Parts: sequence; structure tokens; C-alpha cells
Amino acid sequence: MTINVSEIRAQFPILQREVRPGVPLVYLDSTATAQKPLAVIAAMDDFYRRSNANIHRGVHTLAEESTALYEDARAKIAGFLHAASPRQVIYTRNTTESINLVAYSWARATLKAGDLVILTEMEHHSNLVPWQILQAERGIRLEFVPVTENGLLDLEVYRQLLAQSPKLVAFTHMSNVLGTINPAAEMIRLAHQAGAVTLLDGAQSVPHFAVDVQALDVDFLAFSAHKMVGPTGIGVLYGKRELLEAMPPFLGGGDMIREVHLRSFKPNALPYKFEAGTPAIAEAVGFGAAVDYLTGIGMEAIAAHEHAITEYALERLEEIPGVKVFGPEASHKGGVAAFTLDCAHPHDVAQILDQDGVAVRAGHHCAQPLHEKFNIPATTRASFYLYSTKDEVDKLVDGIYKVKQYFG
Amino acid sequence: MDDLYREVIIEHYKNPAYKGHLDPHDYAFEDSNPLCGDHIEITLRVDGNGNVAEAAFDGHGCAISQASADLLIESIIGKPVEDIKSFNRQHVLDLLGIELGPVRLKCALLSLKVLKGGLYGLGDTLEEA
Ligand SMILES: Cc1ncc(COP(=O)(O)O)c(C=O)c1O
Repeated sequence: MTINVSEIRAQFPILQREVRPGVPLVYLDSTATAQKPLAVIAAMDDFYRRSNANIHRGVHTLAEESTALYEDARAKIAGFLHAASPRQVIYTRNTTESINLVAYSWARATLKAGDLVILTEMEHHSNLVPWQILQAERGIRLEFVPVTENGLLDLEVYRQLLAQSPKLVAFTHMSNVLGTINPAAEMIRLAHQAGAVTLLDGAQSVPHFAVDVQALDVDFLAFSAHKMVGPTGIGVLYGKRELLEAMPPFLGGGDMIREVHLRSFKPNALPYKFEAGTPAIAEAVGFGAAVDYLTGIGMEAIAAHEHAITEYALERLEEIPGVKVFGPEASHKGGVAAFTLDCAHPHDVAQILDQDGVAVRAGHHCAQPLHEKFNIPATTRASFYLYSTKDEVDKLVDGIYKVKQYFG
Repeated sequence: MDDLYREVIIEHYKNPAYKGHLDPHDYAFEDSNPLCGDHIEITLRVDGNGNVAEAAFDGHGCAISQASADLLIESIIGKPVEDIKSFNRQHVLDLLGIELGPVRLKCALLSLKVLKGGLYGLGDTLEEA
């Protein structure tokens, strides 16, 4: 399966721009946020031009239209995930809010002092801090599956931790630094055997390869639209129906209620129970368009393309003296290459690359504990998506040689 | 770019003249930039007239943060502590001789923040700087 990258690039207006006169953009920061195709931009534009109205309130034509568009998008997302029902797809603001929803609603209703939650050393801060807050508040216990030297989870230690009867196992499907794709299906199966509920951080997996929630048998899945060519401001929490039904509401207000009296309320049915207040309606429409767009190209084809680019990038980066790439080899890795260069700090690397239009990220990428583990304050990270090309990898490599000229 | 990485900056980054840790010292301060992990420690010895007799910095970070620390230390040696308290961001930018965007400004001003925070006995003086 192959994709036509130049046709794809033509669909992304921002990829045509120059960063400075004569310097085209080489966007290698899709792990932070992806660029948007015309289809998404047009869907949102069209929504505001034609259909804008608040949803679930009012019977006028626009209200009907906007409600239908908002719910159509939910159905598309459910289909994309192979969820049994759109009711299990809850709109949130982003991955972070989705994880917090589980921490504030499910976990506060379920976990008691001393209960064990298993996380991993490669988590994004958004899957660490909510649990640390709960630890301080409730006295739950946190244990971490270690990351090995080559950037994989130590599954031996994971099995040992599971023997301590955890209540929850929450981990990332794909690391945003190492690129490691974790064996989620196997880890979820083992967690269930140990009696634990599972939460998968899909921020980096759902955009990049096919994720089937029923095949994975995952209990909760969190992800963001903006990393999958959709708009910012909207994300999803998928959950198993029994769990979602039993959970108390998270935020209270309009839309999440069935009836309200001065001193009491009855919560609405799923998914509205968790969608308080006017949501990101145009963004939901854009999200639906993003799912259509990715589906049209095919997630297998996208994954195959990214794999080829990543293999090429690792090969080229590793031939540069002084470059060290973190994480596993390409076979266990998504489209991320985080590296250090012996003679220059990541900030300086990123700054010099920017002069040639190459956009990479420098820092700890919201995974400070992981950087501490590898004893480095920061890395430079290049990341790839369906519109990335080998030519862009070459520009990255040329830029790194330029950095070496300055600092070497 | 060539501006941002003027030779003087690369030179002070690669071969800092004042890198180290004074022991004993009259003042020791340190701080880091949580966003990028840049870290600076400054130690000082003050003579009987209230002038900086010796100073050194230690730490790690990008070229801008480390070069600006070396340049800043160079600029305070022999100066009265009371005068140093009024150093501002323009002082550091003049030393570096470059224009900086908001993100890199934090890197450049870290050493000044450490120095003034220490001299005033305050945690964070960046706002006044
Ligand atoms: C693995 C992972 N988890 C969570 C997040 C947080 O996503 P968001 O900022 O959209 O909530 C990110 C994004 O950087 C990520 O890469």
C-alpha cells in the first residue's frame, strides 16, 4: 500500500508556505500537533457560514442541522475506533482532559487509600500528574513499569507489579519521545487477568495507525483531534459502556442533565452525562472531517508511509557522528526521532534548524521523568506524518551538519 | 542566524572564562528554567569595600544561557554589589549584542535572574529585570 505524498501535500495549505522569503517550511513537529488539510478547514468554515447554532436546544432549522453534524461526527469517530456505539464516545477538550475525566470521575468513585495504580516511566505528564494529585488526595499507590535502555517497557517487571492486584493500569500506546509502540493488547489482557481496569493514552497511536477498541478490549482510551489533522480544542474519551454508565458526572451544568430542581438533578444519558455546557461544535465537525480524511487515505497506508520515513530518518541520523537517537529500532517505533548531539544543546540545534525552515521541537516534550531516566535535560525531536518526505529528512540532516560547523 | 550565533557567543559557550564554583564564597545562588532545564549557579566573593572580588558560574544549558552567564560574570567583577542590583535585561542584551524572541529571552536572562534573586534575597526578580 502506498500513498501519493505530493497529492497529499497539496491538500495542506500551510505546507506551501515559506517560513521566510525563499525558505519553505519543513514541518517535522507533528507529534506536538498535526497540520490541517483543506477538507477540515473547509468543513469548519462551512459550518460557521451555513449551519452555526447551539446544539440540543431549540427546534429551528439551524439547531437541527448543527446537532446532526455534531452527532454525525461522533458516529464517524466511533466507526473509526470500531466502538460498539457512538454513546461510548465522549467529547472532551483533549487527551489531557479525557484522562482527568477518568481520574476525577471513575477513580475518585472507585479507588481507596492503598489501592495500586500502575503507570510507566515513559508517560506524558498528562498521564502522570492526575494520578499524583489523586495520590496526594487519596493515598493511592503508584508504581511504574521501567523503560529499558533500548526504550522498551520491561514486561517482566510489569508482570511482577500485576501480582500486587492493581486497580488500574494506565499507559501510553505510543511514546511521544521514544516512539515506542507498546504491546497494548497483551498488556491489557494481562491487566484484566489481574483484575485491573485499563486506560490507554492514544494521543500518539490513534492518529498514526488503526486502533480497534474492541480488539484491544481496552476499558478507556484518550486522544486528541489536533494530532490527527483535526482542530485544537476537542478530544475524546472512549469507555466501556458499563464503566461509563456507573461513573458519576464530572462537570455539572447544562446539557449533562435530564432534569434539574433547586436542590437536585438527574444526570443525562450517555454520552451527554459527561458533556456539560456548550461544547466545541465547529471543532466536532472538523474532527469528523479529519476522520473522513484519514479513512479515505487509509490508516494502514499512513502507517506504512511513516514507517518507511522513520527507517530512512534513523539510518541517516545514525550516520552523523555525535548524534544519539533514543528509543527502539524502527520495527518497534512510530514516526518519532528524539536525539542529542554531543556538541550542541537541543535549543541551539532547533534554533539553527529553524533558519532553514526545519521545524523540530527541543525540550523534554512533557516527559521529564523519561529524560531524567536517560540522564539528559532535553532532546531535539523530529516527528513524521502522512505528509512527510525523505527530502525533508535530508534537510534535517543537512541542518544538523550545519549545527556541527558552528559548535563542532 | 548568523546574528544569533555571533562568534563571541559561541566562544563564551565553548570556552567560558568564569565557569566553576568558588569555595569559600560570600554568596551562592542557583535557579533553573523549568521549560528547557537550563541550570545556572553563581558564587561570589565580595571585598571589604562591597565590590565583587571574584565570581563564577556553573551549570548547563543552551549556548545563549551559558554564554550570557559568562558575559554577565565578566561584567560584574570589580563592581559594587549595590550597582549590580540595578542591572536590567538591557544590560544582558547589550552584552550579547543580539535580538531575541520571547522563548530565547528566558535563556538569556536566566543568569541575571539568579544573580539578582540572590543579591536581593528574592526568589524571582525576572519581572523587574
Ligand atoms: C503521549 C501523549 N499523551 C498525551 C498528550 C497530551 O495531549 P493534549 O495536549 O492534546 O491533551 C500528548 C501530546 O503531546 C502525548 O504525546
